[in-house]
Amino acid sequence: MSTPAPLFTYLLRLGDDNLVLGQQLGALLSRMPELEADIAVANVCLDHLGQARNFLTYAAEVEGAGRDEDQLAMLRDERGFRNAVLMEQPNGDFARTMARQLFVDAYQVPLYEGLSRSTDDRLAGIAEKAAKEARYHLRHSGTWVVRLGDGTAESHCRMQAAIDALWPFTGDLFAADEVEASLVAEGVAVDPASIRPAFDATVGDVLAQAGLRLPEDPYQRIGGRQGLHTELLGHLLPEMQSLYRANPGVEW
Amino acid sequence: MEQSTFTTATTDGPTPAERFDQLIAAGEKIEPRDWMPEAYRRTMIRQIAQHAHSEVIGQQPEGNWITRAPSLRRKAILVAKVQDEAGHGLYLYSACETLGISRDELNELLHQGRQKYSSIFNYPTLSWADVGAIGWLVDGAAIANQVALTRTSYGPYARAMVRICKEESFHQRQGFEIMMTLARGSEAQRDMAQDALNRWWWPSLAMLGPPDEQSTHTEQSMQWGIKVETNDEIRQKFVDQTVPQAQFLGLTLPDPALAWNEERGHWDFGEIDWDAFWEVVRGNGPCNRERLAHKVKAWEDGAWVREAALAHAAKQDGRGLAATA
Ligand SMILES: [Fe+2]
Ligand SMILES: [Fe+2]
Repeated sequence: MSTPAPLFTYLLRLGDDNLVLGQQLGALLSRMPELEADIAVANVCLDHLGQARNFLTYAAEVEGAGRDEDQLAMLRDERGFRNAVLMEQPNGDFARTMARQLFVDAYQVPLYEGLSRSTDDRLAGIAEKAAKEARYHLRHSGTWVVRLGDGTAESHCRMQAAIDALWPFTGDLFAADEVEASLVAEGVAVDPASIRPAFDATVGDVLAQAGLRLPEDPYQRIGGRQGLHTELLGHLLPEMQSLYRANPGVEW
Repeated sequence: MEQSTFTTATTDGPTPAERFDQLIAAGEKIEPRDWMPEAYRRTMIRQIAQHAHSEVIGQQPEGNWITRAPSLRRKAILVAKVQDEAGHGLYLYSACETLGISRDELNELLHQGRQKYSSIFNYPTLSWADVGAIGWLVDGAAIANQVALTRTSYGPYARAMVRICKEESFHQRQGFEIMMTLARGSEAQRDMAQDALNRWWWPSLAMLGPPDEQSTHTEQSMQWGIKVETNDEIRQKFVDQTVPQAQFLGLTLPDPALAWNEERGHWDFGEIDWDAFWEVVRGNGPCNRERLAHKVKAWEDGAWVREAALAHAAKQDGRGLAATA
């Protein structure tokens, strides 16, 4: 088996992040604390699904093996997925959903802003639109984290517990390997290390306003980019893929 | 309450009650500031609230397929549709609030089972084709009803209907497109589509409400211009419009009595099982308990979030005052 082109793998990483997160957010519709929040979560979900489709469609073209976005989404198993492990962490309570979203948004804003200057025009175009969406998502998640951190004793406890629970999965967002290295050199990809300061500043600022802090334990769980996931992904994918796989080769 | 005191005021002009009757007779809209009979207000609240609750509960049956949608395109379309239904709920709650009742009160009435939502959402979605069948038939039936309601006498409700109808037409087209793809697909897909049609057809006819001779509200509601077409008229329109669509799909409507009536210029159709309908309305449909439990759970699980948002806002106000002091 030949090694896939770095750009293909890089696009899968971008696509899978959004696909797995979009899949999780989609399960939240009709379950939110109020109607406005149902509408907001649907908006964020739709943006991530749209980004996933753009990245995966491009990935399929780069691969040139005749696959499309759906074949990539529906026919790969967990070892083939390249999302960061943060994305597959469960929705949990509203505080967990928002903590996960804050970390994703604080990462995606500088990522997409950087990618919008990529030497790869197609990637730059996708990222430019995505950056606008990510900035909007960050305002939304940041506002909620501040509200919950500051609100009541219960919401503060839940929000702090959510930050503590999800922080160990944030390191995976920045775990680069040779895939990024070659693409960064060509000006195609963003070096994850280069956006870490922006991520830290955003998270630090929101948590300070919210009266929350990061956990002291430095432990980080990494491996998603190489397909070494937490056990959760193996439950999420079969649900997403069941109908497609049960009816091979048909149109939907 | 305040408005009713005006009815006794005698001036040379028409009394508020006379003016209300004149507006209705002239086919003009009643607005929130206008005097209205208490029974009109209550009827309007009941109807708009039931409609709003239906939009909100209606997120559930289709939401059930979001995580399993068979393509990313279909998944995105479905998320957008379910989101639209939540949006419809919001406009309708706002319209209802103009009648002097709050969204929280309405929510509470729904949770206590004292206000209803459409019977149609008490059926389960058992296959992907159900998503298509709901869009095609349920949104289709809803449109038939709501197009009539764009002419209803209460202004805020009529205006909400105009906006909602546009989105419902979009939903119906998408549902029909799902059915068409399935009907022209593999044998398994065609079977799935036919099975969904078999299960959703009769409930879709029944959701348009009891027959005119059994409908307790029809007469007064017609007089007040709340209803502008009867349940049976709307149902006939829906059948007439849907039969050719089913033929186009090559699917069979599960009604042996269905026949074109040359004389009437309409499709005749079989007897609806109204006992089954009333059972569902009384709370004994396949999913009544789950739907309400799902809704109540979301609300209760979210209580701490809503409390936190209020507490934060209050603290912000306090901090703002402190800063300006
Ligand atoms: Fe709707
Ligand atoms: Fe709809």
